[in-house]
Amino acid sequence: MEIIRNFPFFSIMICMFSAIVTSVLPAKAARYLTRAALIAVMVLSAVLLVNLRGSGTSFPYMMGHFPAPWGNEIRAGELEALMALFISTVALFSVMAGMPAVLKDIDEDKQNLYFILVDLMTASIISMIYTNDLFTGYVFIEINTIAGCGLIMIRQIGKSVVTAMRYMIISLVGSGLFLIGVTMLYTISGHLLMPNIRESIAELADNDKYSVTLTVVVGLITVGLAIKSGLFPFHLWIPDAYGYSNVASSSLLSSIVSKGYILLLIKIFYRVIGFDIIVKSGVNNILFVFGVTAMIMGSLAAIREKNIRRMIAYSSVAQIGYIYMGMGLGTKAGTVAALFHIISHGATKSLLFLSSAEFTEGSHSKEFSELYGTGRKYRGSALCYSIGAFSMVGFPLLSGFISKYMFATAAVGHNLKMILALGALALSTILNTIYFLKSVIVIYSDDPKKRRPQSLETYLSGAGGMMSSKMQYFCSIGALTVINFLLGIKAQTIIDIISEGLEVFG
Amino acid sequence: MNILMIIMSVFLIVCAVAVSFTRSILSSIVIFSAYSLIMSVMWILMESPDLAITEAAVGAGVTGILFYATLKKINQIDINFYKRGPLDEKNKNRPAGDISAKTLKASAAIYRVVALVCVLTLAVLLVATVLNLPEVGQISNPDNNEVSERYIEKGIEETGAINFVAGMILDYRAFDTFGESNVLFVATICVMVMLRISKKRDPGEETNAEEEEVSDRFYEPANDTILQVMSLIIFPVIMVFGIYVVLNGHLSPGGGFSGGAVLGAGFILYLNAYGFEKTDRFMNAKTVKWITFIALMVYCLAKSYSFFTGANHLESHIPLGTPGAILSSGLILILNICVGMVVACTMYSFYALVRRGRI
Repeated sequence: MEIIRNFPFFSIMICMFSAIVTSVLPAKAARYLTRAALIAVMVLSAVLLVNLRGSGTSFPYMMGHFPAPWGNEIRAGELEALMALFISTVALFSVMAGMPAVLKDIDEDKQNLYFILVDLMTASIISMIYTNDLFTGYVFIEINTIAGCGLIMIRQIGKSVVTAMRYMIISLVGSGLFLIGVTMLYTISGHLLMPNIRESIAELADNDKYSVTLTVVVGLITVGLAIKSGLFPFHLWIPDAYGYSNVASSSLLSSIVSKGYILLLIKIFYRVIGFDIIVKSGVNNILFVFGVTAMIMGSLAAIREKNIRRMIAYSSVAQIGYIYMGMGLGTKAGTVAALFHIISHGATKSLLFLSSAEFTEGSHSKEFSELYGTGRKYRGSALCYSIGAFSMVGFPLLSGFISKYMFATAAVGHNLKMILALGALALSTILNTIYFLKSVIVIYSDDPKKRRPQSLETYLSGAGGMMSSKMQYFCSIGALTVINFLLGIKAQTIIDIISEGLEVFG
Repeated sequence: MNILMIIMSVFLIVCAVAVSFTRSILSSIVIFSAYSLIMSVMWILMESPDLAITEAAVGAGVTGILFYATLKKINQIDINFYKRGPLDEKNKNRPAGDISAKTLKASAAIYRVVALVCVLTLAVLLVATVLNLPEVGQISNPDNNEVSERYIEKGIEETGAINFVAGMILDYRAFDTFGESNVLFVATICVMVMLRISKKRDPGEETNAEEEEVSDRFYEPANDTILQVMSLIIFPVIMVFGIYVVLNGHLSPGGGFSGGAVLGAGFILYLNAYGFEKTDRFMNAKTVKWITFIALMVYCLAKSYSFFTGANHLESHIPLGTPGAILSSGLILILNICVGMVVACTMYSFYALVRRGRI
């Protein structure tokens, strides 16, 4: 057990280390190293999770020779280990299945830079998950923001550069608000370590001091992280960022980068401020309202979209809305549902992006009008895409069904919120069905104009390393499909881990 | 709050307002540099000289020149005077946007009003909250607690560094600082992604790199005698000061970040005076890559060792030395040198990448 306690620290350092080494490696070696590092992190997190399973405890880990309020500290429990496992798995499969696109879109002398960005991004999200210190959280938010920007613009076409700029500006506004919030919190509490801040806040609350300041702090931090994760009124960067960047980047950004910020926000709610104080202040109601709006508006925008990649991106806006809606319910069941949906959406959305890559690249277009009949040519990826789409819609046996079910049960019992949440769930499910089924029907049906799908030139040529790139691609999207089924069938295990982890999270 | 502080604050506000209302981007950059200089004086008044050195080197020095180089690259320095820049020819045939001028004007007006309302609300909210916070430097403040007490009372004994700030950021909270150096690393990578001109895979296409070299010298005389003579005098002083700040990071204010920024600014000055032919001898893509790699690697390995031993309660075999000696304070001196190298290389490579698309 003693050595296992080091695993969170090892996971962070392995990613950092491989990023630094990658800077002097040629592109081919960089590809191997990144995959090896991600697999190592996956294994470490899985072992940690198995060891912590059922123990109902979490442990702090001292980063250096000085104990917590003086030195840095990270903390790991079941929930953290599960999330680290999820992040590294999705990152690995995104990089593997997106490899042909990486090789095609990126100039060869810049390819190793791409893998540095992937490594640093993973390291920063894992650190955000494990950190027990608010300022460490901010430092890794910075790394994550800049790396995300690089991931978008590495495909050097005009639109991706413009959208990277937009992403950077919007995201930096979010970081700025978060930093101002943290500074104010430090000034009134005198601590940066999460449990210590909570003690000071409890004391302040008892003496009724700084209550207005505290509300402003909570507001700034929440708005800052909501902007960065793309909650509804701040979602305008999402469709372009996911739609025009490299497919591996789209998958990484939508399924894990935006989730890292939400996990940090949940951590701040539970560990720093205290969830009861949040519920009393009513901040969660605001999140609920925006979440519900996002569920509807994102889906409506997705229906109007004619570009398949942008359609999936708009669906992310709606799914982020689901997560915030769950958090906004202000109960434990709501948060558990939100956490489950983080995993479920991450697994499904990466599957959708990656499996759609084969037929969009094969037909040289992302427009629906050009995609007719591609499903019959690219059978494997079309099947995976359809399964992903069904999961998003909420088909039984798949992960999307479980998360919708959990949101619905969590909403029962709140009077007004129940009506709103169930109504939004129903409406959003119908809208989801409309646009996802449309895309599935399009790829499987004949072109109404009777044009034949032209060139058979495939996305999956080119060397992929140890396995052929074709095999690697199908293994990855196949694995993501299996994960979707597992999340749907064996959901109870994951839910148990989440709720046990949440007990010791605060 | 003394009178100097009030004057400085008024200057700051004047600068901030002036930046928003100037029409010329070039003047707003100059005002911005002045803003940073005032800020660095304020840091000294607030007794944080470490920050003051960094602010003066980065805010007033390097960012100003980076903004200037960017403006030059996009031909925005003086559009009326230089009509025939090499890039103008390229941009002439760009198609106009498909939005009509009228819609654009109307939405711009709405946008301005909404933006003004949002910004003003946020500003009022923040000012009101800040006024409600405890005043800086009072004994009864919440941040004057056991955390800072231990840094001050036991800092020298536990870290071996006379400069508490160095001991705090490089020993007590070294993980954060490791993250910060990685922020610089990832920023360099992103600038390289954006600006480095890659070798074209298609051999038929002409290379952009040569074009960049031509446009680089367009607005400026090849070699300016006044600049060369002056930098001959100033450059060694800047270098010595920068190295001093880095090496004495654990003894006096400064350290890796501030010293590295000073060194980077020195390199940029040298580059401006003597051109790329001279700097390529000691600062080129290869050296920058390897210096950054070695510095970050040493940092990563040294700190991993220290974190690992610390967390597992093993003894670390790093001597702290006598506080006050130049060779003391364990890893802090080495880490300062590493951070200094990373920062200097980052600053230089930003500037080189903006100017010619490669380091």
